[in-house]
Amino acid sequence: MSIVTPAARAEGQRLFGAFQTWGAVPVEAAVLQPAETLLDLYGEDIRARAYVTQDPVQGEMMLRPDFTVPVVQAHMAVGAEPARYCYLGEVFRKQEDGGARASEYLQVGYEVFDRDQPLRADAEVFALFSRMLAGKGLRAATGDIGILIAAVKGLPTSDTRKAALMRHLWRPQRFRALLERFAGRAPLPKGRAELLARLAGGDPVASEAPQIGLRTRAEIEARMAKLAEDAATAPIPGDVVDALEALIQLSEKSRKALEDMRKIASVLPWIAPSLDLFEERLAVLAAHGVDVASLDFEASYGRTTLEYYDGFVFGFYAEARPDLPPVATGGRYDALTAVLGADQNGGRSIPAVGGVIRPALVVELEGRT
Amino acid sequence: MSVKIGVPSKGRLMEKTFDWFAARGIAMKRTGAEREYSGAVEGIEGVDLVLLSASEIPRELAAGRIHLGVTGTDLVHEKLGNGKDLVDDLAPMGFGHADLIIAVPDCWVDVETLDDLDAAAAAFRADHGFRLRIATKYHRLVRDYLRAHGVADYQLVDSQGATEGTIRNGTAEAVADITSTGETLRANHLKILDGEPILRSQATLFASRVAPCDAAEAAALAALKARLA
Repeated sequence: MSIVTPAARAEGQRLFGAFQTWGAVPVEAAVLQPAETLLDLYGEDIRARAYVTQDPVQGEMMLRPDFTVPVVQAHMAVGAEPARYCYLGEVFRKQEDGGARASEYLQVGYEVFDRDQPLRADAEVFALFSRMLAGKGLRAATGDIGILIAAVKGLPTSDTRKAALMRHLWRPQRFRALLERFAGRAPLPKGRAELLARLAGGDPVASEAPQIGLRTRAEIEARMAKLAEDAATAPIPGDVVDALEALIQLSEKSRKALEDMRKIASVLPWIAPSLDLFEERLAVLAAHGVDVASLDFEASYGRTTLEYYDGFVFGFYAEARPDLPPVATGGRYDALTAVLGADQNGGRSIPAVGGVIRPALVVELEGRT
Repeated sequence: MSVKIGVPSKGRLMEKTFDWFAARGIAMKRTGAEREYSGAVEGIEGVDLVLLSASEIPRELAAGRIHLGVTGTDLVHEKLGNGKDLVDDLAPMGFGHADLIIAVPDCWVDVETLDDLDAAAAAFRADHGFRLRIATKYHRLVRDYLRAHGVADYQLVDSQGATEGTIRNGTAEAVADITSTGETLRANHLKILDGEPILRSQATLFASRVAPCDAAEAAALAALKARLA
C-alpha cells in the first residue's frame, strides 16, 4: 500500500529534468510487461517480487518491477551507440513485511550504453548520481562483481566446477557450500558416496522404476558421468579457497581495498587484470570529482540482488535511517544485454551501466512529504 | 454478538475437530438437513459455529470475519506468509499431520537431495530450453524454501489436485505436495528428497488478531480459551 505523493512526483520530475539536461533521451516503458521475458531472466524468484496478472490475449503479464529490461529492449530495437536514456515512472514490488515498505513507488533512472569507454561510463553514472544526491547525508557503497567473476573463472579446477560456482555467484550461501565441497572440506551430499562407489565399480545404476517424465535415462546417465568425473577432480587448494573467501568478505575504503586485493592476488594471480581495471576506474572516478579516498568498497556488494549486475555496482544509503531501503542503486549489466539481445543481435552484449533513484525517499529524508 | 469459530465443513478433519472440542467439554454438531452447512455449539455460551472449507479459513481469519478457526498450518503459511500480525497459533490439535515435501521420479537414480535437484535443474534447462517444472499448489512456501536454499533454474506450475500424476502426464518434472504416509507418491513411482520436509503441518486452532471483539465476545473468547488450557 502506498501512494505517490505530489512532493515525490515533483522531486522525480526535477531529477528527470536534470538527467535530460545532462543529455539523456527520455524513454517510456509499458507498465504491463510480458512475464515470460522477466521469468526467463530472473527465474521463479521474480514471482515473489513482481505482481503477475493475466491478459486474455497476451497471456501472463507483470506489472513493471523495474525499467531496465524495457529500456534495454527499446535501445536494441532502435538505438545507436553511445546512447543515454532517462525515465520516470512507477514500479511495483510485492513486499512480504506487511506493508511497512512501499509496493508502488516512483523510480527515476539513467542508463548509458557505451561500448568504447566502459570505465568512463561507470564513472559518469556514479559521479552524476553523487552530485544529484549530494548534501543529503547519504553513504555510497560500491562493489565490483567483475572481480568476483574473474576470481571464479581463473580457479585451478574443472570447467564444470567453475560453471557451477558461476551459476551460484548471486546466491552467497550456496556458493560458499559448493566452494567448500570443491575444496574437499565439506562432506558429500547424502547418497553421493554410495552412488560414486557403484559407478566406480562399473554398475550402470539401473532403476527398476518405470521411466516417467521428460528427463530421460540418457540425461540421468550424463549427470552420473559428470558426477564420476567430478569425483576424480582434484580439490581446489585450501589456500586458494581461503583467498577467495577473504576476497568475498572484503569491505574497506576503496584504496585500502585495492591494496588488500593486490595481496590476495598473490594467491589468485588471475584477478590481477580485473584489479588493474578497478584501479583505473578509481582514477577515472577521481577525475570525475569523486572522493575515492573515502569511498566504501564491499566485494560482495550487489550479489544478493536479482542477478544481472556483472561489473561496477553502487548504492546510496541514508546513514541516519537504516530502516529505509537504498535511496539509489545501480551498476553495470553487460551480460543482461546479451541474454535479452539473443534474438536481435545474436547474443552480442552491449556494455551498459545505469542506476535509479527513488524520489519519495529523497523527499522523506528532507522532511518533506 | 457471538464469537465465531470456523471449522472444516466436512470429512475427517471436521469429525476430528468435533472430537477434540468434545474432549474439552464443548459439543459441536451439524444441524439441519444432511447437506446443509449449519452447525451448533453446546456447553459454552456465546460461540457460533461457522462451517467453511479448510482452505478458506486462513483468509476468513485474516479478514477478521471469524475469531477462531481450525485449519492446517500448511494452509495458513501458504496463504498468510508468516502471518504473525494476523493470526495467533493457539493450540496444535494432534491430528491432520502431513509434511510438505518435494518428490522426483524414482527412476532419477542420481537425485537424492536438494543439491542434486539443483544440479539436475541446471542440466535440464540446458537440454530442454526451459526450466525444470515443479507442480504444486503451495507456491509461496515452495518458492521461499527453494530460494532460501539457493536452488535455481526451476519453475513452479500450478496443480490443484492429482499432483502426483503430473510427471507421468508430462506437465512437470517434479512435485511439491503434502503427504502423510507417502503411499500415493510411491504408487506414482515418486520418491521424496532426502532431508527435512519444507513444512510439518497439522490441524491447529488459530485465533484472528484482527477480528473485532465487543465485551460479550471478549468474555466468551476468554471462557473458551480457559477450556483449552
